[in-house]
Amino acid sequence: MTPFLFTFVVLLFSVGAGLLGSLLGIGGGLILIPVLTLLLKVDIHYAVGASIVSVIATSSGAAAAYVRERMANLRVAMFLELATTAGALTGAFLSGRVGGRGVYLVFGAVMAYSALVMLRRMNSTEVAPVPEDALADRLGLHGSYWDESMGREVDYRVTRPLAGLGLMYVAGTVSGMLGIGSGALKVPAMDLTMRLPLKVSTATSNFMIGVTAAASAGVYFARGHIDPFIAGPVCVGVTLGAWLGSRHLMAKVNASWLRALFVCVLLWVAFEMLRKGWSS
Amino acid sequence: MSEAPSSEPRPPPPASVTLPAAPEAVPLVPELLISDLLRYGVLVSLSLVTLGTTVTFFRHPDYLVSSEALERLTAPHPVPHGLADVVAGAMAARGQSFVMAGLLVMMAVPVMRVALSLLIFRQQKDRLYVAITTVVLTLLLVSFLVGAAEG
Repeated sequence: MTPFLFTFVVLLFSVGAGLLGSLLGIGGGLILIPVLTLLLKVDIHYAVGASIVSVIATSSGAAAAYVRERMANLRVAMFLELATTAGALTGAFLSGRVGGRGVYLVFGAVMAYSALVMLRRMNSTEVAPVPEDALADRLGLHGSYWDESMGREVDYRVTRPLAGLGLMYVAGTVSGMLGIGSGALKVPAMDLTMRLPLKVSTATSNFMIGVTAAASAGVYFARGHIDPFIAGPVCVGVTLGAWLGSRHLMAKVNASWLRALFVCVLLWVAFEMLRKGWSS
Repeated sequence: MSEAPSSEPRPPPPASVTLPAAPEAVPLVPELLISDLLRYGVLVSLSLVTLGTTVTFFRHPDYLVSSEALERLTAPHPVPHGLADVVAGAMAARGQSFVMAGLLVMMAVPVMRVALSLLIFRQQKDRLYVAITTVVLTLLLVSFLVGAAEG
């Protein structure tokens, strides 16, 4: 394979990862890292470095559209970024000290758990009332969004901001350690715990991921793990895919279908993570 | 990709829909500002990356035919990872340094977004969110410093 062909192949895979990532609220890093390392034989450090920049690209590219549509909740995002950036710092600090094996195992278990919780909630379609929360009122977290498939503005209320904050700290730590956006942890935290609608959770997760990833990216850049030859095409491809996804697919996709797809991806990633932790 | 910034907002909220008139509701203008910052930041970054990649292939025609060159490129090797290295490389019109500059712009976009949010919340006199945003911005800057100290 020549460098030109390599760039082209990386670009193609990145477009695909960006498309899927934007629909699921994950950065696409989880899809890209296995492709880069296993299929294209890229050194793992450069794969992670390219991934973390692509995560910022996905987040910013998709978030530009979500913010304009008022789908992302800016106040919830800023409040939770307190925890994700603190977590990312912790993760970057820990990554030099903790072995990879334990991280993979814990991560795989957390992912499998959130997949199962989401799967169980898929069957219950009735909407339980959202409990009142004084802190959420004080922080002004409640909002509304325009639902394309229902054709009307939908109001929603937010609850348990502190539980959300705790989960976001974990998500940020994972992001800093593994060099991924960890949207797979952010979306359930907002959707299941804080009770934001799934579409709002996905959009807000996308919006927040850039800030979390930027906190980790500085560390990877300083370590010399961001290689322009690999990160360049990854960055361009992922942004293109994310833009296509958010612009042309997101608003038309049915929420329960999205959730089913998300559960499948979560389970697959959990399996990969556990296997990696087991065999390393 | 160049069509991206000219695209219209996805669901134009109908004028007839009355938004919840809560005093803390964020008006549309900050959202447009943030959206534009993200959009143009990403655009500048990607233009630099694309320009740099094109320059690289022009300067190294062997990259189009030789497969040994790839092994050199994907094996562990030193890459510029100081701000001074990247600037010096870009001045010398080295393709990969343009790419790297583009990637640095990409990393700066979220930081600028938080800084912009800080200005917006300050203008809205929302002291709680000014405090929250200041902490987020500080944590972000600290993480870049931690990275620099470690590298």
